[in-house]
Amino acid sequence: MSSQTTALSPRKVSVRVGGAAGDGIASVAETLAKACSRQGLYVFAYNSYQSVIRGGHINMQIRIGAKKVWSQGDQCDFLVALNQDTIVRHAKEVTPGGGIIYNKEKIKLDAASLPKSVSDFGIPSSAIANKFGKSPIMQNTVALGALSFVMNFPFEAVKDVIVGTFKKKGDAVVNANVGAAQAGFDYAKENFKQVSLTWEVSNKKRMFLTGNQAIALGAVAGGCKFYSAYPMTPASGILHWLAPKGPKYGVVVKQCEDEIAAMNMAVGAGHAGARSMTGTSGGGFSLMTEAVGLAAMIEAPVVVVNCMRGGPSTGLPTKTEQGDLFQAIGASQGDYPKFIIAPATVEDAFYATTEALNLAEIYQCPVILLSDLLLSEHYETIDDLDMAKVKIERGEWAQATNGNGGFLRYKNTPSGISPRAIPGMAGMNYIAASDEHDEEGVVISDVFTDPAKRIVMMEKRMRKMETALKNMPEPKVEGPANADLTFITWGSTYYVVRDAIHRLEKEGVKVNHLNIKYIWPFKADAIAKIIKSAKKTFIVEANYTGQMEKFIRQETGLSIAHHLRKYDGEPFGPDQVHEKTKALLAGAKEPALAAR
Amino acid sequence: MPTETVDITKFKSKIAPDWCPGCGDFGVLASLQKACAMNGLDSKDVCVVSGIGCSSNLPGFFGSYGMHTLHGRAVAVAQGVRLANPDVTVIATGGDGDGYGIGIGHFIHAMRRNLNMTYIVMNNQIYGLTTGQTSPTTELHTQTKSTPEGSIENPLNPMQLALVSGASFVARGFSGSAERLSEVMAEAIKHKGFSLVDVFSPCVTYNKVNTYPWFRERVYDLQAEGHDTGNWDAAMIAAKQPNNRIATGIFYQAPATPTYEELEPAYKFGSPVKQKLGLDKESADALLNSFK
Repeated sequence: MSSQTTALSPRKVSVRVGGAAGDGIASVAETLAKACSRQGLYVFAYNSYQSVIRGGHINMQIRIGAKKVWSQGDQCDFLVALNQDTIVRHAKEVTPGGGIIYNKEKIKLDAASLPKSVSDFGIPSSAIANKFGKSPIMQNTVALGALSFVMNFPFEAVKDVIVGTFKKKGDAVVNANVGAAQAGFDYAKENFKQVSLTWEVSNKKRMFLTGNQAIALGAVAGGCKFYSAYPMTPASGILHWLAPKGPKYGVVVKQCEDEIAAMNMAVGAGHAGARSMTGTSGGGFSLMTEAVGLAAMIEAPVVVVNCMRGGPSTGLPTKTEQGDLFQAIGASQGDYPKFIIAPATVEDAFYATTEALNLAEIYQCPVILLSDLLLSEHYETIDDLDMAKVKIERGEWAQATNGNGGFLRYKNTPSGISPRAIPGMAGMNYIAASDEHDEEGVVISDVFTDPAKRIVMMEKRMRKMETALKNMPEPKVEGPANADLTFITWGSTYYVVRDAIHRLEKEGVKVNHLNIKYIWPFKADAIAKIIKSAKKTFIVEANYTGQMEKFIRQETGLSIAHHLRKYDGEPFGPDQVHEKTKALLAGAKEPALAAR
Repeated sequence: MPTETVDITKFKSKIAPDWCPGCGDFGVLASLQKACAMNGLDSKDVCVVSGIGCSSNLPGFFGSYGMHTLHGRAVAVAQGVRLANPDVTVIATGGDGDGYGIGIGHFIHAMRRNLNMTYIVMNNQIYGLTTGQTSPTTELHTQTKSTPEGSIENPLNPMQLALVSGASFVARGFSGSAERLSEVMAEAIKHKGFSLVDVFSPCVTYNKVNTYPWFRERVYDLQAEGHDTGNWDAAMIAAKQPNNRIATGIFYQAPATPTYEELEPAYKFGSPVKQKLGLDKESADALLNSFK
């Protein structure tokens, strides 16, 4: 084996697989990513795609490292081009020392136009693949084998994943695919110089999953027994995982006629005593909002996941954004108790879902989990989830009685929480009414509206938020005190900021990080204290108006000095965050905020 | 046949209905209380779920568990209750605006799903609570507050809609014949699958066309005329109201068709509200490993 000099980072390697929808990008990318995860390597994979089933341009970026990988990164070390368009778009971005793998029978690459020391790994993929099968997708398997050789990645690991993937289809299919991969590997070995990369592989198999899968797993672990949804990107991954798996753990999974039904059914199920959840994106959430208020009014526990995508309207159906914060805060008419929680990472998405199911039952109100496309759909290698950390807390329940009538379902208590009863429990028949009602549940909106009772009931419900504020965890700052700059994030921007922070720390820059997970109720005093003590504040969020920045100002009266916003649908890259941080620390002035 | 007396007191509520004197909904309430008593139900195991409208106030006057939800969403919420706890008898109630207007999507899908629940629609062919606008069942040319020159839309036919949507029990009643109505309701509740009982429940305040005398001149009972409830085609013809006569009684009852509950795999573990929550170590480990 010969090698060549390389500019590749020994710590992290990025592979980008590009093509059109229908080209089979996912199979190449997922096989590689899974193989890496099983070798004890960490992977962060992000698929940039469009709302088409065939065509368009898709590229999946897989970043691999021996230590935790925090974002998809900005580099492309190896490009696997499944069509000409990918060459046009990405060939010039390949890192010196890397290379481009493509089918040279179908795709043209002008080697002279390549950056210096980028290798041309053209393969006669069709000819090789034809020996093993007619499917054009087989060419991708050839490319995968070649990639395994050129990046010096253990072929056996790739082979294992291929075998696992095709096992169900029988030996013939397994052998054809393994054969094609092997032939690709052999061709590369004969014709190409291997890039010198040393992989710190281990036997430690790690979990490899998406944020949506973590939410779905959290639902099952957290005792969710009812999940209703209407298909909508990027939330459908939750439905797709739960539909086959949920019923095996007693979860009723119901695809509904629309999001209005999904939410109202979930409210009905929650009211009846099953832990219930529904998932959607902003557009579907718009349809659900009336019933979010219903849940709050009748004090039914329910969890609503909003996986945000680019808006407004149908917006950017397959692109990421954090533009629904105000929508979540303002969902439904009137004032009512609710929780808004924004998990930041895949692990966090798991634990936050189990926590949301608890909070919904303890406080008997809707809990909104705000995810976004990046968090929901990216694949990531994580360390094991700790199931022992999952506690099921069902809140206060009334005891069945022999009495009939007189049960105060909405009893005015110091905590605002009224012990709960569900259909089937003896002696506690009551009506859960959407109209304002008294402690018994009797509607007070008809005949005459009783201002005194209205005040009692409104205050009782809202008091639950005061109780919750006392019980919720305090916001934490990661990193050293007295940092020169404090990052503020919410949701998935946590990732890119962590990535940038690692680089800044290596450069000796002292920064720390406040991630806001619990948005409603909001620990305004604690957050204000952190902001006041920070030397420079810098918020990174993926929307146009700076919704979290505005929300913090609303709740604390404090302004965040600097911001980085993005609304093009693609995730932030670490370079972007790093660059602006350096500029800010060097004293750069923020352009006037003007109308924003 | 000797008349058995049934004790309806356990389905009474201490709240007196605040409907207009003479409202058809009084008869529907009394019939439903009687039907539940006739079927020997325990009020703790019944959940009556309504939407919004005059008739949707019914759960407040009914002695069982109940929910008074959003306009048009009763059927959706009711299905959630039923899916969460298949041991509860779920009865959705509401008006024609609630069920056939704003909530029609849920109505149609609930029928094709064939969940074991009953839907009682108090059809007064007008929006009452909002003081008299046209409804989906208001007849052509009827003057209302929102159609001062007469309605120029055709009314929908809920019976035919139910039949083509796959409802496995389709019936109609008249609030002025409460005795018969309670029998029909009792059958509907007993039926395994989705049952619809559309009830002509006159609005004495805002509908001056479809009055008690108007109905009495036209309604007849299908069962009194030897109608075959297993004959879907005959039910469709009866639903067309030939000869300006209005059929009531049981239009159609499908021969045993599987209910949604019978086909739902999650119930293998019991009712969702009664299952133990959380994963045992073995299941948890298996699930975690499935991602490796």
